[in-house]
Amino acid sequence: MTNSAIHPFLQVEHLARAYPSPTGGDDVTVFDHVNFRIHKGEFVCVTGHSGCGKSTILNILAGLDSATTGNVFMDGREVSGPSLDRGVIFQSHALMPWLTVLENVSFAVKSRWASWSKQQVREHAMRYIELVGLKGAEHKKPSQLSGGMKQRVGIARAFSIEPKMLLMDEPFGALDALTRGVIQDELLKICAETQQTVFMITHDVDEAILLSDRIMLMSNGPHARIAEIVNNTLPRPRERSAIHREPHYYPIRNHLVDFLVSRSKQFGSLRDAPDAPSSPTVFDPADLLESGPSVVPAPPVGKPHIHLVNA
Amino acid sequence: MKTRLSLSQKAGLLSLALFAAILLVWQLATLPEAKIVAADVDPEYAALMGGGTASSASSFPTPAAMAQTVWQKLSDPFYDNGPNDKGIGIQLAYSLARVLGGFFLAAVVAIPLGFAIGNSRVFYQAINPYVQLLKPISPLAWMPLALYTIKDASASAIFVIFICSLWPMLINTAHGVANVRRDWLDVSRTLEVSPLRKAFRVILPAAAPTILTGMRISMGIAWLVIVAAEMLVGGTGIGYFVWNEWNNLSLTNVLFAILMIGVVGMALDSIFGVLSKRVAYQE
Repeated sequence: MTNSAIHPFLQVEHLARAYPSPTGGDDVTVFDHVNFRIHKGEFVCVTGHSGCGKSTILNILAGLDSATTGNVFMDGREVSGPSLDRGVIFQSHALMPWLTVLENVSFAVKSRWASWSKQQVREHAMRYIELVGLKGAEHKKPSQLSGGMKQRVGIARAFSIEPKMLLMDEPFGALDALTRGVIQDELLKICAETQQTVFMITHDVDEAILLSDRIMLMSNGPHARIAEIVNNTLPRPRERSAIHREPHYYPIRNHLVDFLVSRSKQFGSLRDAPDAPSSPTVFDPADLLESGPSVVPAPPVGKPHIHLVNA
Repeated sequence: MKTRLSLSQKAGLLSLALFAAILLVWQLATLPEAKIVAADVDPEYAALMGGGTASSASSFPTPAAMAQTVWQKLSDPFYDNGPNDKGIGIQLAYSLARVLGGFFLAAVVAIPLGFAIGNSRVFYQAINPYVQLLKPISPLAWMPLALYTIKDASASAIFVIFICSLWPMLINTAHGVANVRRDWLDVSRTLEVSPLRKAFRVILPAAAPTILTGMRISMGIAWLVIVAAEMLVGGTGIGYFVWNEWNNLSLTNVLFAILMIGVVGMALDSIFGVLSKRVAYQE
């Protein structure tokens, strides 16, 4: 554990991304000074308003996009392009419609282990199709599947290559609430079994609380940053039906909602302040409960950075 | 009790009715006028003038005479009595061979080139002016150049087919390849798929419906152009047959050839229709 604290699995340093201004002025910096670390086996969610650059960060981690400045290191090596070490689950599921479910997953498996025989590829792919509960539908085309089933295929495809890290860009954003719940439960189960390291973008506060170990909150762009990191102290295994009875549930949830509703906007005006925080504040509900029993919705006391944010 | 007809049954009945109506109008229009005049004209004189009998080669055929010709020609399609008298099957085979040859050559050039153009914006912009300039040229305008350089009539016809098949396939392939969904390309990038595997397993199937539409258009144009090209180069083929029969003043044979051109064109198009369905996918 101490070893992994010194050498985190994923390390992101001073990441920034600027685009040329559409009006021809100075470049528009979407986000800058983005620093964070993810340890092996950790499930980290990122949330923030649209336009803060969450998806761009994910694409940079995936190697599909590149940063203007800054570096990403995974497992001690710099990320410089797409790699089979990082599986991506796309919001639009991105299945190839001319292939069946089995062929879609097999395509990924064959890409990972090019020397495998047809039989090996098929068996491996089928194992992950079964894992997401799609046995019996393996010969269907994506157009014959519901939105939830398509996303399950996307999950099976990403897990099937056994990546060192999984990147998910709002994977359940397009699903109805019931389907989303079922797939979240499955994802929780699979991640617990495989000890998968995950980086996930979500707009859904409850999803973040259910799935993650830590939640990174991004301020609004331009010049967005990771403003706060919330330690999700809810014990595992978590049950959707029971987590709201946990004492830390509402403090965390209220903190997240407060951030998204009000603090995410204010943070932006602070970026030029001389004492602006260069590393994000860490919010831990355990501190909160120790400091007093009555402060459920209020911002935590005794955290100087929070005062600064609220100023 | 009333029985309800399905849509296709209704359409079928209407088609038959239309066919009957066409036959009726045709029959009425080709009634031998001679009968009215013939009563007070010496039959020998009438025969000399060529107006007295319906069997004259130059008169417009009646439906019955046409049917007889169709039957007779189709029952022996592959006879060969010298350069000016070959069965319809042989003539169509010559034309088909030229069309398929030119079309195949065009596909070999257009599809890889279209792939390259669709993959690279620089290449696309560099090639685009040439395509825009060359595309609207009637393929027959190339004929003198082809005859001068190739010095072979039949090969020149193939060249003309090549030129006219090239553009729709090239443009559609480039368009299809350029518009492959980013998601699919991103998936293959994250899976570290090799360029060749990506081309054949991702881009080609993704662009196949568009490419096939281009091939279908090309084939349609090629079959239109071959008739005109063969009228020019002569010798063999269905186009030459039409022109030769016009010179023989046999409208029956000309009509028969027109019918056959339509049938073969329809068959070629429906082959591509089947292929299109096979590569189609639903998102």
